[in-house]
Amino acid sequence: MSYHLNHLKELESESIFVLREVVAQFQNPAILFSGGKDSIVITHLAKKAFWPAKIPFPLVHIDTGHNFPETIAFRDELVKELGVRLIVGSVQQTINEGRVVEETGKNASRNALQTTTLLDTIEEHQFDACMGGARRDEEKARAKERFFSHRDDFGQWDPKNQRPELWNLFNGKKRPGEHFRVFPISNWTEMDIWMYILHENIAIPSLYFAHQRDVIRRSNTWLPVSDYITLRDNEIAENRKIRFRTLGDITITGGIDSDADTLEKIVEEVAASRQTERGNREDDKRSETAMEDRKKEGYF
Amino acid sequence: MDKIAYEEMELLRFTTAGSVDDGKSTLIGRLLYDSKSIFEDQLEAVEASSTKKGLDHVDLSLFTDGLKDEREQGITIDVAYRYFATPKRKFIIADTPGHIQYTRNMVTGASTANLALVLIDARNGMIEQTRRHAFIASLLQIPHLVICVNKMDLVDYDENVFNSIVKEFKAFSAKLNVSDIQFIPISALKGDNVVNKSEHMKWFNGGTLLHTLETTHIGSDENHIDCRFPIQTVIRPHSDQYHDFRGYAGRIAGGVFKPGDEVVLLPSGLTSKISAIHDFDKKVKEAFAPMSVTIELEDDVDAGRGDMICRVNNQARVTQDLDVMLSWMHNNPPRPRAKYILRHTTNESKAMITNVQYKVDVNSLHRIEDDKTLQMNDIARVQIRSTKPIMADAYNKNRHTGSLILVDEGTNETVAAGMII
Repeated sequence: MSYHLNHLKELESESIFVLREVVAQFQNPAILFSGGKDSIVITHLAKKAFWPAKIPFPLVHIDTGHNFPETIAFRDELVKELGVRLIVGSVQQTINEGRVVEETGKNASRNALQTTTLLDTIEEHQFDACMGGARRDEEKARAKERFFSHRDDFGQWDPKNQRPELWNLFNGKKRPGEHFRVFPISNWTEMDIWMYILHENIAIPSLYFAHQRDVIRRSNTWLPVSDYITLRDNEIAENRKIRFRTLGDITITGGIDSDADTLEKIVEEVAASRQTERGNREDDKRSETAMEDRKKEGYF
Repeated sequence: MDKIAYEEMELLRFTTAGSVDDGKSTLIGRLLYDSKSIFEDQLEAVEASSTKKGLDHVDLSLFTDGLKDEREQGITIDVAYRYFATPKRKFIIADTPGHIQYTRNMVTGASTANLALVLIDARNGMIEQTRRHAFIASLLQIPHLVICVNKMDLVDYDENVFNSIVKEFKAFSAKLNVSDIQFIPISALKGDNVVNKSEHMKWFNGGTLLHTLETTHIGSDENHIDCRFPIQTVIRPHSDQYHDFRGYAGRIAGGVFKPGDEVVLLPSGLTSKISAIHDFDKKVKEAFAPMSVTIELEDDVDAGRGDMICRVNNQARVTQDLDVMLSWMHNNPPRPRAKYILRHTTNESKAMITNVQYKVDVNSLHRIEDDKTLQMNDIARVQIRSTKPIMADAYNKNRHTGSLILVDEGTNETVAAGMII
């Protein structure tokens, strides 16, 4: 007699348990959907968790306006297929309303501005639990996250004063105005995500596969040429075969040289990789504690 | 990496505990570094920080620092989770600090662990904290205990030092309820017996730490005898295709369920038969802990979240009175006759601590009967009365159905963790 789950199946089971706890414990949850692989995997897990019913909560996309067109097309297709509601929070609108001021200068990005739009969207729709694709292996501040992460009525995270989280007994109790961030795939690594996508044959945006693209070299990464970045004097666009390991706003997402044009090749490449995936993210490079600082304010 | 090999990998969750300066962070750094789980950009960052601190070697302990305050103060504040994998297993480390709120954090880290790694400084031997760590590991019923006698390089890799610590620990652990204990002499700083076998301790015949982590048998850590299925939520699609579908969704907490099984719903006592078990859109022939599945029953019974499905001839205890070992986790002691929210499996009720029988001195294991006030980090045997029935098992039979937490109604904070006796 041998009753044993392999580790991917055990992670899947844990994540499905968390998704179901969210629906049971909260009134108005949502998935924060970026169009990246992690939020795609969560959406896939939600489809499994509530089958044969539809996913019983909306997807929320915080749109910086600086998108890869491929991400938006993928998002719309997925929403149609699943029959779920899509809610878009627009950073452009937040700027137009004068709630935030657009950054200027050489490395200007709308990354930090998203936090205001995100918190406004949560308040407008009265979401009490927002599920995100953050993983503890990604970044040192994220290694300290709970599955159920409490946020005060300003949306802030207090990492030094978190509720202890024991066994699989999740405490989603809160006062009016407060909310939770929930991270169903906390225990997955980048490799787990890719193995799972491969195993389950989950559709992902074409940007993850190697393709030809006009890019510039900036901060040790290949940054895509788009309408939203200004080339500096010494920067010259070149056409290279690259792929993206993570997907975010087009202004901060760097690509890597790659020939991996199938899921199998991506898995091989990830297994052999000597750099972390966030190494190509401009947003994490601003300081040693860039992620912790943003998370305390209410970032993803 | 080979796709098939990756899919066959097992998951081992372990917790680490150690005192200040006994090299816990260095050991984890060493495990990650020698198993090639550190990426170049992480290494560069730590090299830069080491240079900035004026060190002439790479400070491996910096790999485990997370928060700004931790980096500044050189301490670990909160439980942090780390990940690494070898071709055999994937590992999740719950790294718990040895000083601040030690019991609270250790209990938290231990609650999900298959294995506990306890560090002893070879120069100091067993100290109070060693006893405390081992006691908490046994209290939380972690099935496997690995004792690493660290800093062997500072005692000239002396076999006698190691043997006398082993002897001392065994004498102490006879009082504990731990069945599987292994001892390994290591030097986290120099790398002896962590991933690579030590050149300096040929007298040691056992495996390295990594080898032990890769080979400890964890197949029987879940209870596959007593069938327990706490209902999380009821799935009713209301669609044309699945008009009458009524599925009980949950994660199996114990035993093996099969279609055709005669089952009983608790606390109502209604009986029915399993008509189907779904793993997403597949029907499965059997399902076991810890799978998340959806169960359909033959009869349209009234059951929902918090109820439990068991086998007719093997049921959980339905009770409002619980005898519990309680770990108090909040700065404020319980208020007299205060009501708490009790969370047990997917069930929730109000509850009151009706009696504190005794506290346990976590260092000496002695019972304290003359002081019954519960302070942060205290462990006590208490009686709890719940306002509605709880479907409970003894914690040493089933960690899922034998555990509970108490939540303060006023602050919503988790104030205690309990293990049902």
